[in-house]
Amino acid sequence: MVTEIKKKEEYIDRSPLHGLWTLTNRELKKWYKSAVILLLSIIQPIFWIALFGKAMNLQALFSGTTLSIPGLNIPKNIIDKIGQEILKQTFGTTDYFSYLAAGMLSFITLFTSMQSGMSMVWDRRLGVLDRLLTTPVSRSNIIISKVLSSVIRSLVQATIVLIVAVLLGMSFYPGINIFDFLGAYAALFLMSFGLSSLFLMVAIRASSWQSQMAVMNLLNLPLLFTSNAFYPVNSMPSWLKPIAEINPLTYSNAIIRGMLLGIQTNLTIDFIYLTVFATFLSIVGIILSWKYISS
Amino acid sequence: MSEAIKAINLTKAFGKFVAVDHINFEVKEGEIFGFLGPNGAGKSTTIKMLTTVLKPTEGTAIVNGYDIIKEPAKVRNSIGVVPQEFTADEDLTGWENMMLMAGLYGIKKDVAKERAKELLDMVELTQAMNRKVQTYSGGMRRRLEIAMSLISRPKILFLDEPTIGLDAQTRSAIWNYIMKLKKEYGMTIFVTTHYLEEADLYADRIAIIDHGKILAIGSPKELKESVGGDVITLNTSNDDETMKLLQNLDGIIDIRKVDNMLRIKVKDGEEMAPKILEKLIKSGVKVLKMSITEPTMDEVYMEYTGRKMRDEEADSKEVFALRRTLRRTRG
Repeated sequence: MVTEIKKKEEYIDRSPLHGLWTLTNRELKKWYKSAVILLLSIIQPIFWIALFGKAMNLQALFSGTTLSIPGLNIPKNIIDKIGQEILKQTFGTTDYFSYLAAGMLSFITLFTSMQSGMSMVWDRRLGVLDRLLTTPVSRSNIIISKVLSSVIRSLVQATIVLIVAVLLGMSFYPGINIFDFLGAYAALFLMSFGLSSLFLMVAIRASSWQSQMAVMNLLNLPLLFTSNAFYPVNSMPSWLKPIAEINPLTYSNAIIRGMLLGIQTNLTIDFIYLTVFATFLSIVGIILSWKYISS
Repeated sequence: MSEAIKAINLTKAFGKFVAVDHINFEVKEGEIFGFLGPNGAGKSTTIKMLTTVLKPTEGTAIVNGYDIIKEPAKVRNSIGVVPQEFTADEDLTGWENMMLMAGLYGIKKDVAKERAKELLDMVELTQAMNRKVQTYSGGMRRRLEIAMSLISRPKILFLDEPTIGLDAQTRSAIWNYIMKLKKEYGMTIFVTTHYLEEADLYADRIAIIDHGKILAIGSPKELKESVGGDVITLNTSNDDETMKLLQNLDGIIDIRKVDNMLRIKVKDGEEMAPKILEKLIKSGVKVLKMSITEPTMDEVYMEYTGRKMRDEEADSKEVFALRRTLRRTRG
């Protein structure tokens, strides 16, 4: 009997975090092992960037044009200069494609994070959750594993989008260094963590996957359009500005553009906002989810 | 002998609906305890409370010496659960599911691999272990579920309707595995079922539950005896004489003449038959025919619940409605 107890201590890991990686890995495995799902989830942002980004080419509108105004003999280099200045005034850069690509990084992160809840809906429906609840894994680890796997997925997808964007002609500001990338990823991480927790909380109470899908579809485009993903907040109508200014996407976009493209922004305020957003949502989300599955 | 499980006034209410109503019972170490009742009687709710998935509204239970409310983590460490649903991850292989469970119990890799091999071998899934679970048949899935719940070498195994929806052959195969666990590992097994004949055949003791209340507990034999004992049917050379002779014999509950046969209700048929024979032979009455029939679980069930199990199964609409209500009240 004594030897048996001793043996048990040797092979059992009972740290507070045990099971966390096992569960996170379970989620990730389904994703990276299924080639179709992986491909589909990567293709979508690539469409956005390659088709939408390349087609909506504001740059071409303002530079290199053959524009001439009848009666006025303005030299072409002056017209080009004016065009460049308009772009710079509006977007903070003359390179609209890079501007949009930076916005797409946040968008794909938002989109992927929103799906954090779907696997929870399925686990509940299929009874997997009931089984997990009978194992010694702590309730909080079950919830955090869902958030964590969603965050990892989001960041990987964002990286793929970034690589594709660079291949398609996205260019960084000249003095870019490793810390700029770290800063951009920190912003994506914060946003993803907050949103994943929020949608997990919604999912844990959702009665079906249909209702979860409905919530996702209801929120993803509005969140995109009320942010500065396509155009800067300054050029928005006055009623839209306050909405854009509370949208976390606006802040992560600002940080990414500030870090990667060198577009002027107040990084301190941006980071504070995103940190508060992520902390608040993840605390509320994780606590409410925990309460629900513990009852 | 100590108890593996002890329920004390265990109660669960969903809003106004009381699913489990102040139940008390004990499960002895090393026995197969059958929890028998129709759909919606409170079987699954009881299992969910004992396995710490649901918190009781009132009362508690001691599982493996730990209180399910005060020490849920310790309870979880010492039990294995095979839920009613198939919970294995369909996108993963049988082997990956086993390793996943091992990770959840914090079992180190090398030990886990060894055990997984042994368990998959026991449930005869070694050949299929590298296939995705979605390719498995119902019986194979149930076997995998059982193997998965054994990776932590639990002292008590809970099975919620392990044979539901399986064909007769697979059902008996599943029960063979369960009996093997009891025999080889001395495991205590708590199993819910609504198949009367399974409870009768395999359980050491049975609790009959309906409308959240336990109506009777005992071994299959005790339960059958409690409904009125066995029936001995006799055909003799002189029935009137026989009736007179046996009227005062101890252990006989009732004698009646039905269709030219004597129907004698006794407490224990096997014990009474020789006594009856002896008495009749001594008195010179010739016995032409004799048979002993035990009451079936169907009769036991009818006696306690006031209805037949068959009627219950037909009324599936009501069950679905009830499940929907439960889900809503839980949210």
